[in-house]
Amino acid sequence: MGLLSKKDAALIKDPLADNNPITIQVLGICSALAITAELEASIVMSISVLFVLGVGNVVISLMRNIIPSKIRIIVQLIVVATLVIIVDLVLKAFAYELSKTLSVFVGLIITNCIIMGRFEAFALGNGPWRSFLDGIGNALGYAVILIMVGFFRELLGSGTLLGIPVLGDPIEKTGLYAFGYENNGFMLLSPMALIVVGIIIWVQRTRNKALVED
Amino acid sequence: MEKRTDKNSYTIIFAIVMVLIVGSLLAYLASSLKPTIAENQRLEKQQNILYAMGVNNNDESSAVFVSTKEAPKLFLENVSEQMVLEVKDGKMISQMTRQEYMDANNGQEPYLIDIKKQKSNAKDGQSRKLPLFIGKNKKGKTVYVAPIYGKGLWDAIWGYVAIDENMVVQGAYFDHKGETPGLGANIKQRYFMDDFYGEHLLSESGAFKGITVAKGNADPVNKDKTDNEVDAIAGATITGDGVSAMIKSDLKLYKPYFDNLKKQAN
Repeated sequence: MGLLSKKDAALIKDPLADNNPITIQVLGICSALAITAELEASIVMSISVLFVLGVGNVVISLMRNIIPSKIRIIVQLIVVATLVIIVDLVLKAFAYELSKTLSVFVGLIITNCIIMGRFEAFALGNGPWRSFLDGIGNALGYAVILIMVGFFRELLGSGTLLGIPVLGDPIEKTGLYAFGYENNGFMLLSPMALIVVGIIIWVQRTRNKALVED
Repeated sequence: MEKRTDKNSYTIIFAIVMVLIVGSLLAYLASSLKPTIAENQRLEKQQNILYAMGVNNNDESSAVFVSTKEAPKLFLENVSEQMVLEVKDGKMISQMTRQEYMDANNGQEPYLIDIKKQKSNAKDGQSRKLPLFIGKNKKGKTVYVAPIYGKGLWDAIWGYVAIDENMVVQGAYFDHKGETPGLGANIKQRYFMDDFYGEHLLSESGAFKGITVAKGNADPVNKDKTDNEVDAIAGATITGDGVSAMIKSDLKLYKPYFDNLKKQAN
């Protein structure tokens, strides 16, 4: 990381593991449960959040000295909503196919607590460059967990990855299914996402005792 | 000392200015992009209808429309006839050709009829206009494409179903506004839509039965085409029920037309 000072690099690295938005800050759980039934949806959501959080953090950071503290949450909400709607409109006009894939994510992005959480906790008190790095870092940390959960849910729930069958054909009984393996339909439902996130939290805290609270 | 940004007057002025800026920006964007978006939606309808007819660029597993550039040309070539049926209380009261409909409605094309609006009209006791698109599919068989509209778990779902004169499904396209990605959103996946091919809408006695998206279906490979059932998507029960419901409620209205067709043939 020759480009970034040590302090700046930490903004990107910390959220990936020791200060992960999902497993440590426990933000953005709702979308992690909702859309991780398939790996592809997880990836699309991660990229969308990366964009909105990066840009939103910069905008809020630039406005940090003029935002009245009494209505700062409303202002943050307006900034996210405006950004997302603008992106949605522009995509609808110039990349219609893409917009159809993304349109279902719009509501999920606006209500994503990570975005509001980072605005409130970081962008309001730091300069635009550091806020940008913080946004990217947290979005990547979010993405790591989302992709992990999506990977296991799609693999164990449907026997596919990115829609491609990897374990054989469950109906023709080929591959793994020939040995009596069955897809676990329960993995496709939201409660299993919560359990997978729980297992990730467990593994992470077992490996790093410093994260365990008394 | 109180900070400048903590004053009530500052807060109010800030709020007003912010709302004005954001409001006008969004209004400007929305209105300037509206024609482009409407054109995209118009082409999408043509693509949807063509898709249901079997005119598409599908590869092995994904659903691919004909390109937006080709859509208008292919639409003219493949849809040989557009019709508008008018029904009230389950009875057909009139049948218009495309030209008759356009003359009566300021030149609006039948495929642009707003199904949602027609549905709410029918609820208010008015008649409902049903567009029907007739053409030949790749096998040279005449198919009739009908739009359907209903609600899923979160928002609207809709689709186009191509049927033959015996009301056997020849192709289907479904879409949705906001179903859960990975679950309900999969109604627009090939594996779900393709299951409808060959399914009968009528029961053996000839009464309208529809097609049920069934859980615990004993026929997951969908070999039995006369059971009026297709296999459901795991984790998407309510979206699936929505698909069954819109097929039942909307396609049923077309039955009088096909009954007439049969009578004429005999």
